[in-house]
Amino acid sequence: MANIQDKIAKLFPEATFEEGEFLLINIPDEKLHSLCETLRDDEELSFDYLVTIVGMDWKESLGCVYYLTSTKTNAHISIKVSTTDRENPALTSVADLWKIACILEREVYDFFGIVFVGNPDMRRLFLNIDWKGFPLRKDYDTNPELNPVSIENERQTDDTYVYTRDEKGNLVKNVSKVFEEGDFVVNIGPQHPATHGVLRFRTAVDGETIKKIDVYMGYIHRGVEKLCENLTYPQTLHYMDRLDYFSAHNYHHGLCMCIEKAAGIEVSRRVQVIRVLMDELSRIASHCLFIGTYCMDLGATTMLFYTLRVREQILDIMEKTCGARMTFNYSTIGGVMQDLHPDFVKDVKALLAVIPANIKEYNKVFTGNIIAKNRMEGVGVLSREDAISYGVTGPSGRASGWACDIRKTDPYSIYSELDFEEVTATEGDSMARFKCRLAEIEQSAHIIEQLIDNIPEGEIQAKVPKVLRLPAGHWFQLMEGCRGVFGVYIESDGGTSPYRLKIAPPCLNLAAVVDHITRGDKIADLITIGGSLDYIVPDMDR
Amino acid sequence: MFDFSIVTSWIDNLLKGWMPSWAATTVECVLIGVGLLLAYALLALFYIYFERKVCAAFQCRLGPNRVGPWGVLQSFADMFKILIKELITLNHIDKFLFALAPYLVIIASMMSFAVLPWGKGLQIIDFNIGIFFLIAVSSIGVLGILLAGWSSNNKFTLIGALRSGAQMVSYELSIGLSVLTMVAFAGTMSVTGIVEAQKEGWFIFTGHIPALIAFVIYLIAGTAETNRGPFDLPEAESELTAGYHTEYSGIHFGFFYLAEYLNLFIVSGVASLLFFGGWMPLHISGWEGFNMVMDWIPSVVWFIGKAIVISFIIIWFKWTFPRLRIDQLLALEWKYLLPINLVNLVLMVIVIIYGLHF
Repeated sequence: MANIQDKIAKLFPEATFEEGEFLLINIPDEKLHSLCETLRDDEELSFDYLVTIVGMDWKESLGCVYYLTSTKTNAHISIKVSTTDRENPALTSVADLWKIACILEREVYDFFGIVFVGNPDMRRLFLNIDWKGFPLRKDYDTNPELNPVSIENERQTDDTYVYTRDEKGNLVKNVSKVFEEGDFVVNIGPQHPATHGVLRFRTAVDGETIKKIDVYMGYIHRGVEKLCENLTYPQTLHYMDRLDYFSAHNYHHGLCMCIEKAAGIEVSRRVQVIRVLMDELSRIASHCLFIGTYCMDLGATTMLFYTLRVREQILDIMEKTCGARMTFNYSTIGGVMQDLHPDFVKDVKALLAVIPANIKEYNKVFTGNIIAKNRMEGVGVLSREDAISYGVTGPSGRASGWACDIRKTDPYSIYSELDFEEVTATEGDSMARFKCRLAEIEQSAHIIEQLIDNIPEGEIQAKVPKVLRLPAGHWFQLMEGCRGVFGVYIESDGGTSPYRLKIAPPCLNLAAVVDHITRGDKIADLITIGGSLDYIVPDMDR
Repeated sequence: MFDFSIVTSWIDNLLKGWMPSWAATTVECVLIGVGLLLAYALLALFYIYFERKVCAAFQCRLGPNRVGPWGVLQSFADMFKILIKELITLNHIDKFLFALAPYLVIIASMMSFAVLPWGKGLQIIDFNIGIFFLIAVSSIGVLGILLAGWSSNNKFTLIGALRSGAQMVSYELSIGLSVLTMVAFAGTMSVTGIVEAQKEGWFIFTGHIPALIAFVIYLIAGTAETNRGPFDLPEAESELTAGYHTEYSGIHFGFFYLAEYLNLFIVSGVASLLFFGGWMPLHISGWEGFNMVMDWIPSVVWFIGKAIVISFIIIWFKWTFPRLRIDQLLALEWKYLLPINLVNLVLMVIVIIYGLHF
């Protein structure tokens, strides 16, 4: 870390550094772009994966924190940039360096009103286009009269904006169109059987061939980040179940780890093991559902029932221990809600016994089918470079040959002691994404096998103060959800609720990449590709 | 084997004894119309129930089991529900064409019923170009689907209709050619003629290799022709919500739904006519006792039974295979089925000329 700091200090004398979890570089806005370019392109550093952009309102200034990861060394670094102009805040865009930055900057603009100069598509992302105010600013007026519930149709426009600076350095707003004149635009969604939730693809087609897709999000935006700012830390946990509801355990685990790290709480080994068991069971259930719904999207309805059989068995196990089949709300800060059910070990062993036969059946019914092969092979190819540039993680990223499993790159909890393989493929097509998930079920089962016979005894809840206050500071935690890398950022001012809680979901990136990989394919391929990416809409909308 | 023409000619003579012959013909037409509609409705209801049970069995479910014993009344209840549902009128549509389309579809499938060989002597019209007539009227259906998609003024239905047009026009070729192969083998286009020609053995056995190839192609093309999975692109639930009939409601939707099932029956019925002897029982030359037992089974049972078995295979396809993509669908027809079919026709001609059949 020190030599990185020296190197950057030499190149950018105006940068200041803060030590912390990761090295934090303070940089003035003018130098941001060249710093990012250096960090990304330098052979030694190669911070080529933009994990997230955290928009921030520090009251006296507005700004962003960029989290970068090197795919070569797995090192992390963060960059902080701010502006004191609250009236017309503007920062330099890095959308030309990382393709995902375009969407992430739109999100920051939506919540903080910070305009990114050079971003090709500076629209709102989640809120509707007539929304007044920027909700995550600390001076946001929450008066409902300002933004009444509309009973009219939402105003729609094809206009998008690009901000540039003229010679004097003033902001210039240029209007451009999302679609070309005369494009045949089909609305796929928000109510559509194959978008897996209320997501809307505005699809410009030429016959059956897709010309461009405008992903329109926000139909299920609930402002989780804003809500969390007014809740105590234990209360914020409940929202994690409602993001990606198939990785509810994983997300809970992630936020708990972040808070525990900040508060310095040690959790017992029993809790660690239980949490990992639950994470991996969730992963199997989630991938089973993926296989079923994906086959259904392709027209093979029967497969759904075969995969739901396994998922149902897992949900029964969950129900016995957690008391719920969805939104489990199981992990707590410092522990878990209840101890394992007496039947847990027996039930899990029964599950492990049926998994191999089921996977064999899935392969027999679907994977080897000639029609399935024709539909999936070579469809929606995502190269490794694009996967990194778009930050497509999880099984989808690994299918493109990018080893991005946080369980391996940044092992958390007890994953470093476990023996499992990171499943990767090189094809990057829909078939590879499908097969990666199928193979991950086997790996998760293998992890569970190692743990199920030696769950240690111990406390299930560490001692946690009744009123939990985190010391002032900021923390960032990454963890592997079922669909990719889930990041959570907490900034605390020493109070009982977070000053800022930012969630970096994997599904936002998955939806952002759809336009890139469907161009020139058929409408039917959009369904194949969207299904194979396996995004969850509440996760991207938050 | 009981000849149903005894019954029909008895009714004919009876009516002609009472009234002038033009009136008798009118009454007969009405009777046939009523009978046809009844058979049509009952078969459709049966098929809905049948498919739901079969697919439930494939999917480890029970299927309908609440209304009536084993759920047999479920499809009656469903059809009654569809009948009393509101026909929603939409703005900005071509109202006349929109209303016309479902009737075109259902009339096409109903007219095909006229030439099916229901049983010995039980056929509505029997003329020398029966098969030709069948192919001609069944093509009217695509017109209804195109109109439905076009007049709905909806982008999904339009894409569905265009897919349907491309698909049905292409697969009509395969159907036509495989039918032609069998017509060449039978030497007649008359439906009764084709059935009678199979007295000594069904064509699938006597025509051996070329008949088998023709049967496989006919089954694939027939599945495509009925817009069923894996060729259900015009509807493609996960892509186009419901394709060409997205905007239809009530009994207008019901007509599309019924026609789909009845087309399934017609395709299987024609397959049983061309390859499995229509109503002709299974005869094995030399086994006199066996043949006599077979003859005791009524011809109507033979025909409908064969049709249901073939339908079962088509239903099996639907609940097993994923859907094809439009370019793959057309490639399958134009690059594979059509050339194979043409070669097969030549093969069949060679078989006939040199007498290589049984």
